[in-house]
Amino acid sequence: MASPRAQFLAGVQAELPLLVGVIPFGMIYGVLARNAGLPAGLSQAMSAVIFAGSAQFVTIQLVASGTPLLPIIITAIIVNLRHALYSASVAPYIQHLPRGWKMLLAYLLTDEAYAVTITRYLEEDHRRLTATHPPCPNEVGDTANHQVNSADRQASLQPSTLNLQPSNLHSQSSNPHSQPNNLHYFYLGAGLALWASWQLSTAAGIFLGAQISTRWSLDFTLALTFIALVVPALKDRAAIVAALVGGVAAVLAVDLPLRLGLVFAALVGILAGLWSETAGRKTTKAGGEKP
Amino acid sequence: MIAFWLSIVIIGIFTFITRLSFILLLGNKEIPPIVIRALRLVPPAVLSAIIFPELLSPGGQLDLSLGNARLLAGLLAALIAWRTRNILLTIGAGMAALLLLQMLPGL
Repeated sequence: MASPRAQFLAGVQAELPLLVGVIPFGMIYGVLARNAGLPAGLSQAMSAVIFAGSAQFVTIQLVASGTPLLPIIITAIIVNLRHALYSASVAPYIQHLPRGWKMLLAYLLTDEAYAVTITRYLEEDHRRLTATHPPCPNEVGDTANHQVNSADRQASLQPSTLNLQPSNLHSQSSNPHSQPNNLHYFYLGAGLALWASWQLSTAAGIFLGAQISTRWSLDFTLALTFIALVVPALKDRAAIVAALVGGVAAVLAVDLPLRLGLVFAALVGILAGLWSETAGRKTTKAGGEKP
Repeated sequence: MIAFWLSIVIIGIFTFITRLSFILLLGNKEIPPIVIRALRLVPPAVLSAIIFPELLSPGGQLDLSLGNARLLAGLLAALIAWRTRNILLTIGAGMAALLLLQMLPGL
């Protein structure tokens, strides 16, 4: 298990390539916010309080076009609905943390921090699975210790789990998500690296009012980063189906307002992936199995 | 201007609640296997839903022609990501391809 410091630095490092795309994006936001007539303090407060690029862009667009405040508020909230999916996705990995940690990590849950953190968590799941099944000599003892520690911890440090059914307790201690590790420091490192870059780049855009050249197409680095994260993770049929169907659905739904197309497409992709997994089991096992 | 500030705070609170929703709700409850399987599919589904429109309809219009530089650069990047699993190499090759294609006359 790597130390908290090592995990934190690994998180910062994993976030660095995404910052190439985020920093110009933040500066453009700053310039546009000032052009929309928002005062500097308010423009910067949006970066700290809302801390969500697309919602901030939508908000300043609507402010610039003279939209009343209530529709602006509703629109921004809807644009941010996709974070509920991210929240559900990372929740199992951080459920053992105290409330303060959960609040802090929730505040840092942006598209970019989510993308690198969930990739790291899924890698860890994969490593654990391969470490327990075809036993790798270096890791067997380590994994066994982890499981013992985890069971102890569940019983001694988390009194609330004692109220659960015995079957739940069993599945909790065998659940790899609840094993202790320092990966929340990785999440913290990725989240804070993005947070600091966002605050500084929007401030730079606001105060320098610099002309940001769009000729260099630096915004494209964000799409490229997501490609670099997604493609190696397409290891099984369900993931491939979810990616292809989600992507095509997003293209078809691109005209839906307020980035709702994104939420809709993601849900369609997930359902298609689940369906392909279930269909795959039915063809391999005679009789099949209901999820 | 106070109304503006208030709006920002309201949006911020709702955004935070959205991000916190499942993290706090889940607590120590057991997660059904179907939900765990669905959650594993969130990253490929969401990230592809961001990537595909960027590549296939960069100007807001579906463009499957060879003149779509972002599509060609994105496909090259996907190939490199698949073969090398290297994030920086993927970004570098994709950006280089995009800038070269944009410099070509007639595109």
